Amino acid sequence: MSVTLTVAVLLFLSLAGFWLGRNRAVAVAGGRIANLHSVPTYYGTYMALWAGLPALVLILAWMALRGTVMDWMVLSAMSPEQLEAWARVMLAPAELEALLPTIADGASALTQTHRQLLLINIGNLAAGQALYVNPGVIDAITPAAGHLSQLRGLADWTLFGAVMALAGGTLAFTWSKIGPEFRARNNVERIVTALLVLCSTIAVLTTVGIVLSLLFESIRFFTKVPVTEFLFGLQWSPQTAIRADQVGSSGAFGAVPLFTGTLLIATIAMIVAAPVGLMSAIYLSEYAPKRVRGLVKPILEILAGVPTVVYGFFAILTVAPFIRDLGAFFGIPISSQSALAAGVVMGVMIVPFVSSLADDVINAVPQSLRDGSYGLGATKSETIRQVVMPAALPGIVGAMLLAVSRAIGETMIVVMAAGLQASLTLNPLASVTTVTVQIKSILVGDQEFDSAKTLSVFALGLVLFLVTLALNVIALRIVQKYREKYD
Amino acid sequence: MTEIAEPMQTAAPVSLHTGNAATKRLKARYAAERRFRLYGILAIVFACSMLVILLSTLLKEGTSAFFQTEVKLAVTIDAGTIDPQGTGNPAEWDRGAFQTLVSDALYKEFPEVTGRLEKRDVRGLISPVAGVRLGQMLDKDPSLVGQTIEVWLPASDGINQIVKGGIDRDLPELQRPINDQQLAWFDSLEQRGDVRSAFNTTFFTASDSNYPELAGLLGAAVGTLLTMLVTLAISLPIGVAAAVYLEEFAPKNRFTEIIEVNINNLAAVPSIVFGLLGLAVFLNFFGMPRSAPLVGGLVLGLLVLPTIIIASRAALKAVPPSIREAALGMGASKLQAVMHHVLPLAMPGIMTGTIIGMAHAVGETAPLLMIGMNAFVTSAPDSLLASSSVLPVQIFIWADKPERGFVELTSAAILVLLAFLILMNGAAIWLRKKFERRW
Repeated sequence: MSVTLTVAVLLFLSLAGFWLGRNRAVAVAGGRIANLHSVPTYYGTYMALWAGLPALVLILAWMALRGTVMDWMVLSAMSPEQLEAWARVMLAPAELEALLPTIADGASALTQTHRQLLLINIGNLAAGQALYVNPGVIDAITPAAGHLSQLRGLADWTLFGAVMALAGGTLAFTWSKIGPEFRARNNVERIVTALLVLCSTIAVLTTVGIVLSLLFESIRFFTKVPVTEFLFGLQWSPQTAIRADQVGSSGAFGAVPLFTGTLLIATIAMIVAAPVGLMSAIYLSEYAPKRVRGLVKPILEILAGVPTVVYGFFAILTVAPFIRDLGAFFGIPISSQSALAAGVVMGVMIVPFVSSLADDVINAVPQSLRDGSYGLGATKSETIRQVVMPAALPGIVGAMLLAVSRAIGETMIVVMAAGLQASLTLNPLASVTTVTVQIKSILVGDQEFDSAKTLSVFALGLVLFLVTLALNVIALRIVQKYREKYD
Repeated sequence: MTEIAEPMQTAAPVSLHTGNAATKRLKARYAAERRFRLYGILAIVFACSMLVILLSTLLKEGTSAFFQTEVKLAVTIDAGTIDPQGTGNPAEWDRGAFQTLVSDALYKEFPEVTGRLEKRDVRGLISPVAGVRLGQMLDKDPSLVGQTIEVWLPASDGINQIVKGGIDRDLPELQRPINDQQLAWFDSLEQRGDVRSAFNTTFFTASDSNYPELAGLLGAAVGTLLTMLVTLAISLPIGVAAAVYLEEFAPKNRFTEIIEVNINNLAAVPSIVFGLLGLAVFLNFFGMPRSAPLVGGLVLGLLVLPTIIIASRAALKAVPPSIREAALGMGASKLQAVMHHVLPLAMPGIMTGTIIGMAHAVGETAPLLMIGMNAFVTSAPDSLLASSSVLPVQIFIWADKPERGFVELTSAAILVLLAFLILMNGAAIWLRKKFERRW
């Protein structure tokens, strides 16, 4: 009995509940609907909600937990002999040595990485894909694979039974409650309001999820690499060796080169985006005839809607070769992954963002200020520079900070157009790497679960999250605190 | 200076506003005015020209990918070669043998070729995977086995690029993938009328491949569709419900204030961080499969949730209070007033915001890379848990490949993606225009 089918049956039960509840309400009304407290549909909805929701929660909880529970059950049922047979084939000699004294404890003796490997082997075998499993371990893990398939079948049926019992129970209970005096509408509205509150907390839960997941993994990373080394170290080379005796086995996790690289590219982007975005916003809101405004605004909106992966492709296809050729023309060697190319393209991406924010801010300055300035004989540009801009300044600073936070968090352009080599330089013609590039390049491809290299990603993500959050909060503060009030 | 020396000779007293210095000053001020205005125009010209350059580059590179050079060959489908066991069952055919058939047909076309190296050069005219196309043809019509059929087969990437001008045929021989001898053979084929440029249907009916002439967008497009379905199913109901609560029911207290600040901040969190959330929570904690549209849709759903909440709140706010009051006055409960009257009136605004949020999600790449949606998938995903890619990730993968053929495929894929986005945004603008109401 698959989960999909269980959900479908539950949906049917819920519909049946609606029908039952409505008919029951009409029946107990004794021929006069007006005797009822609520309209009959509310009795139906009441039963449908009670039949569906608790069982749905059960299904979701079970789906979330079933993997973990079944893995645990399968592993704890394995005998030390089976584990040893598996470990002898799959583990490196040094790791085996460390494991053997404690193997009598069963699967808890394994490290997390090894446990994952074992589970993947068992899962593949259970799914009939013995192809992907080392032939030497098949005998040792066949009983476990059989156990897993058996558990899966059993678990699905158990779920189906539990869901049916729960839905049936709530149906019977709510059915018995229906009577002319029963306040069905109030009950339904209470449930619906609770659902609304639940939905509005999802955003908070998402933030909590982000913070917790980044924090936990970062703490695990900081037990391997000290915080100070991460924040102030000047050397970044996360390549750790798989075997201990390999050359270059010591990874260096000093993130300063990444921070400088990120800042360098973000600065170049802002050097492009700030003047262009601000001036185009000024022109559009103060000078442009209506027709021009109607034409240019959609163009800027299209620029804003272009996916960043397209900008990345544009950078490697057009901008980077152009800049490199330009440099070659003047006899300056420029890397084809220069920070300049990535920064300029990122600047183009941010232009519409700056321009639309600045446009809003400039339009919020009351016309009376401009009229007063014109009345004193100021030209348009003088009015803009000396009256409108100072009045709009907090908003514009806020917009710029938001744009910086955008530039720092941007991924695809730098992944495609910037380099991978972490070098500590402020030369815009050299190749630098950024925080987001490192996150992407470490996580894409093969990864070990527990290594400092994989965990370092979460520390980088935490820094990224905190910095963009701080910029955002500061931007909102500035806008709120220094906003001039004209009413 | 003369004016100061001989003040009496001027006809009228010099005013602060009409004198020479004043005129100069005014001129300078007007020049500054014109300069300032020019800066504005330059800024806009810069932004617009970037868009023009971007689009024209993509069009120039991408349109050729919609066409493919094909060569007509008379292929003899020898039953013994493709079906060594003689079972007659298409499932048992030796798939590698189809390429041998194609090569044999090529040798027949050029009987003068005998040497091993020359034969290799001849094979270089046709795509090394043309046999796959032949195999598909035979799957559809197994009765062709044993006959000699004339088929149009894709040319190799090098030939394809030379025909389309992606590689200049006047380059020195060593700098192009096709040598002079191969060019001569190809020209002779062309003179015989055995070369054509056909619409590249593969691009829309196939999935990813290592060979540009076999690669298509179908798998990524289906992946995008499935992912977006999940995203919509997550973000629309939750977003609207959250907006309704915050706008219509929420008391002004600390709790709702936290939620509001939270939503605003969440909208500014870099998308890659959502990818890390998906990796840590959905993959590592809940053990969901990597590369699955379900996980991608969940991550993107959380990503666009703030956008939808903010847009829905604006739409709800725009509905005048008189509507609510009228409903309440007729005896409706608060929830009935909102659900039956306010929400339907706010729906066009909510839909517009949702479409714009979805258009944003369609182009999102970075968070999907974090959860492994850069899988190499050669067939369209058939379920929410199957391995899959999406359009922007496919673009990213192709942009990394060295073959010249993938540059045009990348551009073409971008054109398709942009067409999608323009369609979505157009729908949003149309909705806004059609249902916009001034109260």
